[in-house]
Amino acid sequence: MTKISRLKNNMIYFDNSATSFPKPQAVVDAVVEYMTQVGANPGRSGHRLACEAGKIVFQARKNIAEFFGVKSPMNVIFSSNATDSLNLAIKGVLCQDDHVITSSMEHNSVIRPLRMLEERGIISITVLPGDDSGIISAGELDAAKKNNTKAVIINHMSNVTGVVQPIAAIGKWCKKNNMILILDCAQSAGIIPIDLKADSIDMIAFAGHKGLYGPTGTGGLIISDSFDVKKMSPLKEGGTGSMSDKTVQPNFLPDMYESGTLNVAGIAGLSKGVEFLNNMPEKLKSVQLHKNTLQKYFIQKAFKRIDGFKSYSASSGLGVVSFTIDGLSVSEITQRLSDDFDIMARQGLHCSPLAHHRIGTFPEGTVRFSFSVFNTISEVDTALEALKMIRDGK
Amino acid sequence: MWAVDVLNMNSINNKLIPVPRDLSSDCGYCVIVSYDQIKDAEEFLKRENIEFDRIVEIK
Repeated sequence: MTKISRLKNNMIYFDNSATSFPKPQAVVDAVVEYMTQVGANPGRSGHRLACEAGKIVFQARKNIAEFFGVKSPMNVIFSSNATDSLNLAIKGVLCQDDHVITSSMEHNSVIRPLRMLEERGIISITVLPGDDSGIISAGELDAAKKNNTKAVIINHMSNVTGVVQPIAAIGKWCKKNNMILILDCAQSAGIIPIDLKADSIDMIAFAGHKGLYGPTGTGGLIISDSFDVKKMSPLKEGGTGSMSDKTVQPNFLPDMYESGTLNVAGIAGLSKGVEFLNNMPEKLKSVQLHKNTLQKYFIQKAFKRIDGFKSYSASSGLGVVSFTIDGLSVSEITQRLSDDFDIMARQGLHCSPLAHHRIGTFPEGTVRFSFSVFNTISEVDTALEALKMIRDGK
Repeated sequence: MWAVDVLNMNSINNKLIPVPRDLSSDCGYCVIVSYDQIKDAEEFLKRENIEFDRIVEIK
């Protein structure tokens, strides 16, 4: 097998849509500092270390609330990941006989909870096909709206193609029609500026470990300042450290939805991940410019140099590229990239069968390169060289 | 923690302590501020819509 030797000491990681790697050093340092210097449980005991842990969690809430245009830090509810947050939002908000509108670009983190509720006879669903790339329109929303439609639950940025839904227009439509808008920002958080108030979004689910550069096991649900929390039930009840004399769940944020000890080590790192983005020269503009530069470069060069290369993502995208190469299976490509060139990429359906149906790549799927701010043009050049060698059977 | 943050930003000296058991059986915290700053503290907290159980004078 041919190898590019220099790569053996220079692993290339292009799987940042699954989870970003590496992390900023400040993220790692914050996790280690909490684990070695603080260690205590926030919001329970009142001793010095518990207070320190509480301060770390509060600072994270504050950083995240500011980042997403929410006034109250208490409206940031920590969870394990975007899936966890979406389950809380979906199962907490939807009731018997509600109708929901969603898109054909959804990840299983949205469509599976919805399908489960549908199978149990609780809700009905309309999946909007959108245009050729899955982008939905106000006209489609109008046509799908029913008397019992309660919410629009939609993916902001596809983890398969990187396509971005027009959230400002969808938010405007939801506000006009008095619908709850729940946005899956697993991929977009840390890449696309999101402002709940400006875009009339009721809640967003985010992953802390992708574009926000926090550790795995972090994520959250952010509720807009104007959303009435009485409209959403908790999925779990338990110890919160507050109102301990009561045997019923507190009814205030964030305790209402945060039972059990938080992942403070992860949250400490996540907080620094958000600060890392805020400290970039032009914040998310820098992130977008960097990712788009890599994406455009990769797609344009690949079309010229690799016979049978087919991209399912636009050159104008923000760092998520799905592609295939005629005559090669996607698993063969990623296995060879990993084994022979030390390049990490993901193949298959990316937990998004709906999206692959929509773009015509089901059931084989695609190879996905997903870039981070730490990837370079030089790495893309190396990957192009590797793909050409795989294509040419070398 | 939010209350402490707001009080610090407004230069109100404060200290976070476990809730005294004779005040509440809660696991949580309370914030001590000096007697002459109670009114200011209360106003700052209310301005930020920070909910608190009650204000108690400790003699």
